[in-house]
Amino acid sequence: MQESASLWVGLGRAIKQAVLAATGAPWVAELVHTLAGVVGILSIILLSALVLVYLERKVCAWMQMRLGPNRLGPYGIFQTIADIIKLMTKEDIQPAQVSPVMWGLAPVLLFMAAMTTYAVIPFDAGVIFADLNIGIFFFVAVGSQATLPMLMAGWASNNKYAMVGGMRTVAQMISYEIPLVFSLLGVVMITGSMKMSDIVKAQEGLWFIVTQPIAFVVYLIASVAETNRTPFDLVEAESELVAGPFTEYSGMRWAYFFLAEYAFMVGASCIAATLFLGGWNGPFLPGWIWFFIKVAAMIFLFMWFRWTFPRIRVDQLMSFGWKVLLPLSIVNVVVTGIGLWLFFPLV
Amino acid sequence: MENGGLMHTLAFFLLSGITLAAAMGVVFKRNLVHSAFLLSVTFLGVAGLYMTLQAEFMAAVQALVYSGAVAVLVVIGVMLTHRQQMSRSNPPNKMLLVGALAALSVVGAIVWAILATPWKVGKGSVVTAGDIGRRFLTDFAPPFEAVALLLLAALIGAVVLFKGGKAQS
Repeated sequence: MQESASLWVGLGRAIKQAVLAATGAPWVAELVHTLAGVVGILSIILLSALVLVYLERKVCAWMQMRLGPNRLGPYGIFQTIADIIKLMTKEDIQPAQVSPVMWGLAPVLLFMAAMTTYAVIPFDAGVIFADLNIGIFFFVAVGSQATLPMLMAGWASNNKYAMVGGMRTVAQMISYEIPLVFSLLGVVMITGSMKMSDIVKAQEGLWFIVTQPIAFVVYLIASVAETNRTPFDLVEAESELVAGPFTEYSGMRWAYFFLAEYAFMVGASCIAATLFLGGWNGPFLPGWIWFFIKVAAMIFLFMWFRWTFPRIRVDQLMSFGWKVLLPLSIVNVVVTGIGLWLFFPLV
Repeated sequence: MENGGLMHTLAFFLLSGITLAAAMGVVFKRNLVHSAFLLSVTFLGVAGLYMTLQAEFMAAVQALVYSGAVAVLVVIGVMLTHRQQMSRSNPPNKMLLVGALAALSVVGAIVWAILATPWKVGKGSVVTAGDIGRRFLTDFAPPFEAVALLLLAALIGAVVLFKGGKAQS
């Protein structure tokens, strides 16, 4: 497994050594090495958004017995590129009476929060931007910062639909954050560490989805709600709120929201693959390919939910979150604790 | 890394600057919503300072609990201050002297506390979340439980307030 992992680690080291040889300054090499990681994360997000927009439409079409995009290129694979050109050349409309600084900052801040969560995702053995001691907690803490930009966009747009959407964001994301954190706690309790590399290492024998099935289901539902996807897309419910906080945005500003949304979905899938599906562990194939397969499976699951469940009502959303998911996740923590105490008594 | 010290100093001053500037904004901005969003920047700046002190867990808690709660603060601020113009929702008043006195006495108390504390240089060991948890359930169990009870009471109180209570029969 170690030699297969060295593909990306080796690439990073090669870059570092090349820069060191060229400049002779260790701090320049260190800086370039770090920047290479940032560029890597950025390209993962952008490429996945590029593919996922197309894939989402194809999966949707498949589930509704349609063809989906099929005009541009073979099987319509150039559809997304046409979309990007459209978004980039679209006029940037700033409505009257918006709060300009906050209105402009909101999409950027949301994307920043989405991108920062990728710092702790282990794509392969050793391929992690920052293997922090608090790993998974960092993901939760940074991910929770997404609430504020959404509210900011809703408030600064000076539009009642956007404001209602922003208010709903706060209610929904804060409510579902709690079961999300508690569902992750079971895994942390078994591992005894929040470090991502430790969590993956603990799953070399048995994936945590086997020992923590309830936590996995709770995580799945809560993360669909956190990423504001159907059936929990009350924030942008088209039939009632136009597009929620995104109503007044057009062109690339709107694309930023879209990008952040996909980045959060991929991030949530990566965390599910890392915490419950064994991360990069797997036989024969290199680790990063295993990780890719698991993340792809999780993303398909998210899309499946989106096109097969109807949107739920606000009151259903709230009562489900507080009366079903939260007690379930707490029971899971208690049961995990009792199990650990019975079978692995601490010293 | 020989540049570690320099980077550390740079990060400290940058983060302190951001934190202080945002805190000034919280006080001086006329718009309550702008103040609340700047408060979130202040909290994130403090989280960054914790990060430079290698207190990663504290930094994450600061970001999750404090900065995350600002969203709720904004909602409450918008909902409870019924103003047509949010730009006048944080009005100044004529209490300059009293305010200055109160602020100065708080500063004095903090400075006195800092000067009176015998600061010990730690052994450089990183405090992990596990250490904090262990202390919570051993040495600091009574205060921890007391806080838990207080929060539970607040939670129940909030639910009761929200329900509005049926008319007494």
